[in-house]
Amino acid sequence: MADFIVGAVEYLSKFIFFIIAVLVISPVLTWVERKQSAVMQDRIGANRAEILGLRMLGLFHALADSLKLFTKEYFVPKGADRLIFHLAPCISIFFAVMGFAVIPHADTLIISGQPVEMQIVNLNIGLLYFFAVLGMAVYGVVLGAWASNNNYALLGGLRASAQMISYEVSIGISLVGIILVYQSVDLMEITRAQGDLLFGFLPKWGIFLQPLAFFIFMAAGIAETKRIPFDAPEGESEIVGYFIEYSGMGFGMYFLTDFLETILIACLTVTFFLGGWQAPFIDGWILQTFSDSTFLGIFQLNNFILTIVQFLAFVFKVCLVIFMMMTIRWTLPRFRYDQIMNLGWKMLLPLSLFNIVVTAIIVYFIG
Amino acid sequence: MNVHDKYKPLTWWEKTYLPAIISGVLLTFGHFRRNMVNHIKKAIGMKPKVSGAVTFQYPEVRRPFWPRLRTLHRLVRREDGSPRCVGCMMCETVCPAHCIYIVAEERPENQIEKQPRIFDIDLGKCIFCGYCVEACPEDAIRMDTGIVEISAYTRNDMMIRRDQLLSLEPKKEYYTERPDLEGKPVL
Ligand code: SF4
Ligand code: SF4
Repeated sequence: MADFIVGAVEYLSKFIFFIIAVLVISPVLTWVERKQSAVMQDRIGANRAEILGLRMLGLFHALADSLKLFTKEYFVPKGADRLIFHLAPCISIFFAVMGFAVIPHADTLIISGQPVEMQIVNLNIGLLYFFAVLGMAVYGVVLGAWASNNNYALLGGLRASAQMISYEVSIGISLVGIILVYQSVDLMEITRAQGDLLFGFLPKWGIFLQPLAFFIFMAAGIAETKRIPFDAPEGESEIVGYFIEYSGMGFGMYFLTDFLETILIACLTVTFFLGGWQAPFIDGWILQTFSDSTFLGIFQLNNFILTIVQFLAFVFKVCLVIFMMMTIRWTLPRFRYDQIMNLGWKMLLPLSLFNIVVTAIIVYFIG
Repeated sequence: MNVHDKYKPLTWWEKTYLPAIISGVLLTFGHFRRNMVNHIKKAIGMKPKVSGAVTFQYPEVRRPFWPRLRTLHRLVRREDGSPRCVGCMMCETVCPAHCIYIVAEERPENQIEKQPRIFDIDLGKCIFCGYCVEACPEDAIRMDTGIVEISAYTRNDMMIRRDQLLSLEPKKEYYTERPDLEGKPVL
């Protein structure tokens, strides 16, 4: 019985994280995107979708969008490779969703005396898994472009694959610094290692230990999401990209993938550089203030509250990073294609290599 | 000479795009912060000095028109309700879009010879240049009805006929002397 409860609570908590991350935030993100850009540009933003006279600041537009996408015709162009054409958006979204499996969203929760890791899958090679998932993400794009039997789509797919592969290199190499500093590829361990204090007051977060890697990771991460300023693969407004032949929910899935990848990159940025679920200074206070008496029969009171606070801290940080990414997205114009390649290969790659060398030397002499 | 030669080459620091990105983000974030503060002030009942957005909620709130704005045409009536137009075809001749079709007829009394029997304007072709108003010797056609929502399902329905044109009234209240001082402040 105890095992059953532990299992149930464990799966429930992971399920809640997944639901919040994927199914709640991503539609809300379309609203955030509309409203934030509107406020930035002195506008009001979409606010006309209403249910029974209720407008809710335009929140229903997410609903209207998805309704529209679901009810539109799913058109398959003549000469398309039907199997791959149907499969490609699924592949694309599949790998974006898979990425969330290794994100730790709180510290260990103790249920009936048993520790439960607040991570959907507790992989000790989480970081490598993340690289693998990221590397597969390009397949959905390229296959979709190729299967639609359209030269414009194919060109978009080529741009996408070149861009995503180039920036994956920088992402990978910039994270080597993180591995060097925290001596682990387990995301849970990396987050835990960020709990200590540096010089007694500064949290030992990645952004303080690896500021250069942070910038490289952010830039390359935004490029991975294929959104403005790196939206040369899509270029909806004029150069048309890899999903030009997709309509209805096929397009919707690519669209969702973009948003999911934004959330994923934000989650990873938080995990690697902003201390993940760490809530510095509050955690010690919570552990002292509340007793470790039993709570609801299976939890420990202070551990339970700490887990909730950590989860909220994680969500808060993710929202902050998403806000930053949206601000960049609504500020910058698109980079030209050669600028994207130059930035990737001539700027970010040497910088990330430089970062490794410096980090390695420092870690060798100090650590 | 290469076109690009007139620009200074970018310095190393500029080539990282960071200075441009930072100044851009600061600008947009500044707007975001100011507008958000004003929106929140309004939401909690305080009156902000300026509005958080320059938007007019269009169907409910109309933006005042400039006095010179050319809107849908109308034909001016005489006191007895007959058209002031004398069917001189000036407007039809000057119209660059060839969208006015006039067929004149004799007027019952003989001080004025003619009046239009048919006066059609094809609004699907009209470019709202206002030349017809300029050309008219009788000041019989004007563009001050304040109607800008012109749409139809078929091309035929885009034709506006004589009687409709005659029945339209000027809409003074849609126009303003100084639109920049009315309604929302221009940010
Ligand atoms: S506004 Fe210009 S285009 Fe329109 S009817 Fe008059 S002259 Fe012709
Ligand atoms: S509207 Fe004016 S210009 Fe046109 S036919 Fe009549 S009188 Fe002549």
